[in-house]
Amino acid sequence: MEIPFTVKERPDTGLYNAKVGIWLFLASEIMLFGGLFSSYVFLRLGSDNWPHMVLNIAPGLINTFVLIFSSISMVMGWVSVKMNDFRGFRIWIGLTVLCSLVFCGVKAYEYYGKFHHYGIILKDGTEITGHLVEEKETETSYFIVPDAPKRSAHAKDGKEEAPRKETVAVHDNHTPLEVAKDQVQFMSNFTPRYNTFFAIYFTLTGLHALHVIGGALVIAYFWLPGSKMYFTDRARFANRLEVVGLFWHFVDLVWIFLFPVLYLL
Amino acid sequence: MTDDIEHLKKHVKLYWMVGGALFVLTLVTVGVALIPFGVVGHMVVGLSIAALKAGMVAAIFMHLNSEKKFVYITLGLAAFLFVALLGLSIFAWWEELGHALPTW
Repeated sequence: MEIPFTVKERPDTGLYNAKVGIWLFLASEIMLFGGLFSSYVFLRLGSDNWPHMVLNIAPGLINTFVLIFSSISMVMGWVSVKMNDFRGFRIWIGLTVLCSLVFCGVKAYEYYGKFHHYGIILKDGTEITGHLVEEKETETSYFIVPDAPKRSAHAKDGKEEAPRKETVAVHDNHTPLEVAKDQVQFMSNFTPRYNTFFAIYFTLTGLHALHVIGGALVIAYFWLPGSKMYFTDRARFANRLEVVGLFWHFVDLVWIFLFPVLYLL
Repeated sequence: MTDDIEHLKKHVKLYWMVGGALFVLTLVTVGVALIPFGVVGHMVVGLSIAALKAGMVAAIFMHLNSEKKFVYITLGLAAFLFVALLGLSIFAWWEELGHALPTW
């Protein structure tokens, strides 16, 4: 039995089946990410002390460029199929897959950095962030190489930047600082349990990374084994690429908001 | 969208132009974030540029500048619900600040 409207457009919607499906799916995705963005706004507005620019901008910026380029290469791959250029399709879609791998690699590097970065909050409210020297740890003390004192937070009134309470002055940030364990109120690496910012950061970027991985798997399928359809049913193959391309552009679109919201604002 | 080769060639130029604009606007976003504007200023400028970039991706790469009515209705509904959800968060914050909520 032949499935209708895989290439031809349905008379009622004016779209072929897969396109109806992907737009309905993307509408549900808007609600998913929209809900999480609303949570971010809710948490941020309700916070007395929201961390500002705690993330390294460079990896986020690189990933933004990578995703923008991958959007161009994705659409160029689709155009290549439309123009009967199989070699062009292979090159452009191959570049898209490569971009997805680079994105995931940079994200993994970022996550690794967070998992090895610690914050200690002392009983007097002082916050020390840096890298633990685990070999030096004793029964009574932690040793931490503190960050340069550049971290700040946006005060709730939005007028000025205010640190949590007091950041530790660091003259030589390679010298480990001894912190008595009985003075520690809370200690964690930069994971969701550290603070609300990292909780929403990992939720948003983790979910987005899952979308990148899912999209990359589908694109890679069309790039290699699925490309047989190019020679048997080219119009349908072009439609398939268009549909996965719509998903990929949506993933890029979400990142366009995530980058300033999490890294810059 | 037409499959005509000449039209596609014109579109290719447009894709690269939009891509270039997205790269430039990304650098502008970072540059603006480093200027001491205040929180509200950063929010307004940063999110405005992000909205402009998202609009370019949606209109050109996702072909939303020339889609069918079905797509606009579907996305319009999703966008409305998203804005409503965002409004709930903002209203909750507004009320917490001691302001009265608008009555309809």
